[in-house]
Amino acid sequence: MFTIQLNNRTVSVREGMTILDAAKQEGIKIPTLCFLEGYSPLGACRVCVTEVEGMRALAAACSTPLVPDMKIQTNSPRVRRARKSVVELLLSEHEGDCKYCTRADDCELKSLANELGIEVQRYEGERTLASTDVSTAALVRDSGKCIKCRRCVTACNQLQGVGALFPQYRGFATSVGPAFRSDLDSVVCVQCGQCSAVCPVGAITEKSHIKEVLAALEDPESHVVVQTAPAIRAALGECFGLPAGTLVTGRMTAALRRIGFDSVFDTNFTADLTIMEEGSELLTRLKAALVEGKPAALPQFSSCSPGWISFTENYFPQFIPNLSSCKSPQQMFGALAKTYYAAKKNIDPEKMVVVSVMPCTAKKFEAARPEMRSSGYQDVDYVLTTRELGKLIQLQGIDFVNLPDEEMDVPMGLSSGAADIFANTGGVMEAALRTVYEVTTGRDLPMEGLHVTPIAGLEGIKEASLVLTDTADPWKFLEGVEVKVAVAHGLGNAAKLLRDIQEGKRSYHFVEIMTCPGGCIGGGGQPRFTTNEVREKRIAAIYAEDDGKPIRKSHDNPAIKEIYAEFLGEPLGQKSHHLLHTHYVNKKEPAEAV
Amino acid sequence: MSSTLYTPTEHQDLLMNIIESLKEQKGALIPILQSAQDSLGYLSEETLKTISRELSIPYSEVTGVVSFYSYFTTVPRGEFVVRVCLGTACYVRGGKEVLEELKKLLDIQVGDTTPDRLFSLEVGRCFGACGLAPVVLVNDDIHQRVKPTELAAILAQYRVQHSEKEAAEGASA
Ligand code: SF4
Ligand code: SF4
Ligand code: SF4
Ligand code: FES
Repeated sequence: MFTIQLNNRTVSVREGMTILDAAKQEGIKIPTLCFLEGYSPLGACRVCVTEVEGMRALAAACSTPLVPDMKIQTNSPRVRRARKSVVELLLSEHEGDCKYCTRADDCELKSLANELGIEVQRYEGERTLASTDVSTAALVRDSGKCIKCRRCVTACNQLQGVGALFPQYRGFATSVGPAFRSDLDSVVCVQCGQCSAVCPVGAITEKSHIKEVLAALEDPESHVVVQTAPAIRAALGECFGLPAGTLVTGRMTAALRRIGFDSVFDTNFTADLTIMEEGSELLTRLKAALVEGKPAALPQFSSCSPGWISFTENYFPQFIPNLSSCKSPQQMFGALAKTYYAAKKNIDPEKMVVVSVMPCTAKKFEAARPEMRSSGYQDVDYVLTTRELGKLIQLQGIDFVNLPDEEMDVPMGLSSGAADIFANTGGVMEAALRTVYEVTTGRDLPMEGLHVTPIAGLEGIKEASLVLTDTADPWKFLEGVEVKVAVAHGLGNAAKLLRDIQEGKRSYHFVEIMTCPGGCIGGGGQPRFTTNEVREKRIAAIYAEDDGKPIRKSHDNPAIKEIYAEFLGEPLGQKSHHLLHTHYVNKKEPAEAV
Repeated sequence: MSSTLYTPTEHQDLLMNIIESLKEQKGALIPILQSAQDSLGYLSEETLKTISRELSIPYSEVTGVVSFYSYFTTVPRGEFVVRVCLGTACYVRGGKEVLEELKKLLDIQVGDTTPDRLFSLEVGRCFGACGLAPVVLVNDDIHQRVKPTELAAILAQYRVQHSEKEAAEGASA
């Protein structure tokens, strides 16, 4: 601990802090563009400059470490002038028009210009070359708006370990993107959208399906079904100025009805179903390994996160047999809406349009996968991100904040608390353990509030284990078995875990991987800007939703019992196999292709 | 150019040797790229992908480095490398106009090669022939006091040279 002078006030700080850290601690705002929380600063944009007594040049707050007795001014006239120039220069090359930009509401460059009082254009410069990349199912890249801050590079390389984006060329011609300015589909990209989540401007955004959804809603012939992922209810409020962590399940449901969806359902329903299928799959694999002495691909990996699926297919195809064959809840939902629900309600599946609202951009890619047509139609027609739903609600003139709470429709709107926690890192695992433990022992998971705390929270790789005792009849072979599980989120962490498993340094029975940091609550399609503080609030909201549910375990959901009784038969049965399970493709570029 | 001297297997062996011999160094990427280009003539997509895989550096990062330095080239050079001097003397005596005219005539940018692989266009620093500015070098031939209007004729000369060579090779074969 030592003290410094920050804007003429004595402040105590810790060793290793930067000027930016100290300012944050003291509630002083310093604007940043290239800096990304949790990663080493680039010091590239210079918008965070501050004045330090005794230093000739202005110091970048994000990358300047504190030393005892440092005297810092964060908002002197000189600092303000410098920041203003930086932003004016960025604007002078910026090829974008705020009037027609999807980021107009939350663009950091635009609000910075505003905060710094930039009202006239002082510099006239050459404009960035504008080209639009719509090559992928999920994302649109508009290079003209790119301010070359490289946050996306940090997200794609360091967080996700994918490395699709990097600065190409140099000087004014620099373009941040895939190899040699090519389109995103020419390199491996898992379409997680984390780049779009951190981009301060409108240079990377999701490919919008709003127009298509509106057209379907206006078509009197169509029966439009909507499903909402668990993570939406803990984040959608942020689009309307509500604080992070506000649960808006009831208002969201009301809004969807007012928008005109014919049936308002919940992806939670098929999250519960996933637990039934994936849990049975795990027990089958364990039985094969422990009783029948057959080879079984263990650990089993969760398969709900499409970015993670792409990551395995492209980088770790040797683990494809370990992936659960379960489709994601989104895709299970689509397949059942167009079969089970269509038949139940006598709706022609051809006239049914399934829209999903997801925290995720990769879900757009997943919905378009050729494997995802087991109803005989494309199972999920359109995918809106949380941000797009926010826009759609605005577009429909709905006063979201003042809506009453409403309930989702039956039967596919019913769910347990176990389904809610699919939104959080560690949640799928916890939900699975609640069911697997009870099925095999006949007792509740022996943990307070049914929560498996060692695998909750923002730690990158987490582990837990659980000994099965007093097992019930068909599961006697599991008596005394210590079930070991692990959870990772962020593909960089996933890769670390996979390498350890491969090298025999770690071993597990079941592993949950989510592509995005924090799980779906931190998805690439969530309202911006998602900091760790925001993640923690959304996670807490999701656990609160779970705790408040009368039913906490997937196998207790009566609508799930009903669908097995009426339609599916049993988990892993023939119908399930056809509608709820899928296969994966080795997409790794063979080394011989040189 | 040089790459055609090797069969694909030889090409691959050469590249792997280069990578193996240099990969342990810190910051191995740039030395490997340099050495690969020196031996193979240029850096093909396959070459870059191999380097990316062997060093576990993302392909986009490898291309980021390659495209940052004008030294690296990703297309095989043309049979004739046309180099325009842009040293001070040449620049003020019309080197820039010469370059613009060449771009127009060849329909390529600096660093590129014509689709028929005949010409590559490059700019050079001073060749030490300032008295004769502006200077254009085609392979080892020096052309002095070049006027933009003369360029078409100069290029035609090399086209003829190329056709004659081809005809001779055809006859001897
Ligand atoms: S990216 Fe921001 S500054 Fe640029 S056009 Fe869009 S809103 Fe305006
Ligand atoms: S979507 Fe994900 S994988 Fe693709 S470029 Fe963006 S961060 Fe990288
Ligand atoms: S695309 Fe966005 S995040 Fe990436 S460098 Fe450009 S402005 Fe920054
Ligand atoms: S935020 Fe500090 S230099 Fe960009």
